[in-house]
Amino acid sequence: MSETAPSCCGGSATGSGCCGGPAAALPALVKAAYLDGDVTTLVGPVPRVRTSLVASDRRGTIKARLGVGRMQYRVAPGLYAVGEPGASAPVLVTANYKLSFDALRRELSGRHAWLLVLDTKGINVWCAAGKGTFGTDELVQRIAAVGLDQVVRHRTLILPQLGAPGITAHEVKARSGFRVEYGPVRAADLPAYLDNHHQATAAMRRVQFNITDRAIVVPVEVANGLKPALLLAAAFLVLGGLARDGYAVSRMLGTGLFAAGGIMGAFLLGAVVGPLLLPWLPGRAFALKGALLGAAGVAVWIARAGFGVSMGDWLSLSAWGLLVPSITSFVLMNFTGASTFTSLSGVMREMRFAVPLQAVAGILGVGLWVAALLFGAGRSV
Amino acid sequence: MRYLETVVTLTYEPSRCTGCQMCVKVCPHAVFDFADKRAVLADRGACMECGACARNCEAQAIQVRAGVGCAAAIITGALTGTEPSCGCSSEGGCC
Repeated sequence: MSETAPSCCGGSATGSGCCGGPAAALPALVKAAYLDGDVTTLVGPVPRVRTSLVASDRRGTIKARLGVGRMQYRVAPGLYAVGEPGASAPVLVTANYKLSFDALRRELSGRHAWLLVLDTKGINVWCAAGKGTFGTDELVQRIAAVGLDQVVRHRTLILPQLGAPGITAHEVKARSGFRVEYGPVRAADLPAYLDNHHQATAAMRRVQFNITDRAIVVPVEVANGLKPALLLAAAFLVLGGLARDGYAVSRMLGTGLFAAGGIMGAFLLGAVVGPLLLPWLPGRAFALKGALLGAAGVAVWIARAGFGVSMGDWLSLSAWGLLVPSITSFVLMNFTGASTFTSLSGVMREMRFAVPLQAVAGILGVGLWVAALLFGAGRSV
Repeated sequence: MRYLETVVTLTYEPSRCTGCQMCVKVCPHAVFDFADKRAVLADRGACMECGACARNCEAQAIQVRAGVGCAAAIITGALTGTEPSCGCSSEGGCC
């Protein structure tokens, strides 16, 4: 699935040497819709950001959520101002993924603060922390690069809690003099946190994954999986014209088109329905949840439309009984990456069982389906 | 929602704890609680191995094999021979 150049995002903890050298100390003062003049500081002008989103921000959000240009949706790293911050205004640290930046600034209307934007290569805080780009080295270097010690008198940074997997707070303190304070998980809780003497409630520290959260990440899952799914569907479409007595385009448009639809249906079952129904699908392993969902999908299809299908055509029925669950299982297994609660050890455990089974079921399914084309009784599905 | 709990690699040595509560603050799944001036492992099975607690424990009382619980990253890592890492794996043109 990867189209990326090698060596770039292979998990380099330092994050150096990736995207054309270090960014400038201060963000370029380009005219962007989210900027609103600048404020004067000892280290020179610092761009001020708006705290309300405009139409172009919203269009950008929609595009990123659909997976369009998502990796390029970034702001320049560096220091920004909110309102008229002075030497005692709080410093809030975030990533240079524009959705992260927008989520933060829109919560700060009527406040005075500094925003320190780290160069996370356009990745959100949590994922960047996992990769180490939202990390101790980058934070310490960015503090020095913008001259933060001359901009503020205090020595406290407020980081999003989900930055913690990449940051070692005591090391930041030792290397920069700044004390790291972990704020709430969600930017939306930041006003309450700031107003409550920088105390987060237990709820503010918990990550959720409710149906709305899951629905938001579904379009990107679909966009990521669409190309391989379409290729697989196209292969079934073309193969569908095969039969004992040769190849026929009419059969391709019948059996082949039906099969391509089946493949795409299985993909969407795993990429859309699976994530939405996640807590209600039996089991804990995503691969198991996906396989059961696929099996249920086949059962429903047979029950509804299947009496039009000859039950005697057991070859193609068993083919689909294997193909659909193997696809939904694989697709939903890949949703572990979008979820907020799966561990590396857990995913490796489930993959050890699931991937061989998915492969065997998939290969057997294809074999049975082709056999049904060649030797099936009457019309094949 | 709960995930596979028995394979979690998190370990905690209470005797080393200095009571700074950093682990309680950084954990997104309330794995740690605080009682009697020390952190308590309250819900080990909810651990997603993000590594935030171990990284921020100055007393080194916590250990975990940190990583991303992401099948696509594990597949990419297996194919390229690198550690599983998420982010750019399936979208092209990271830089």
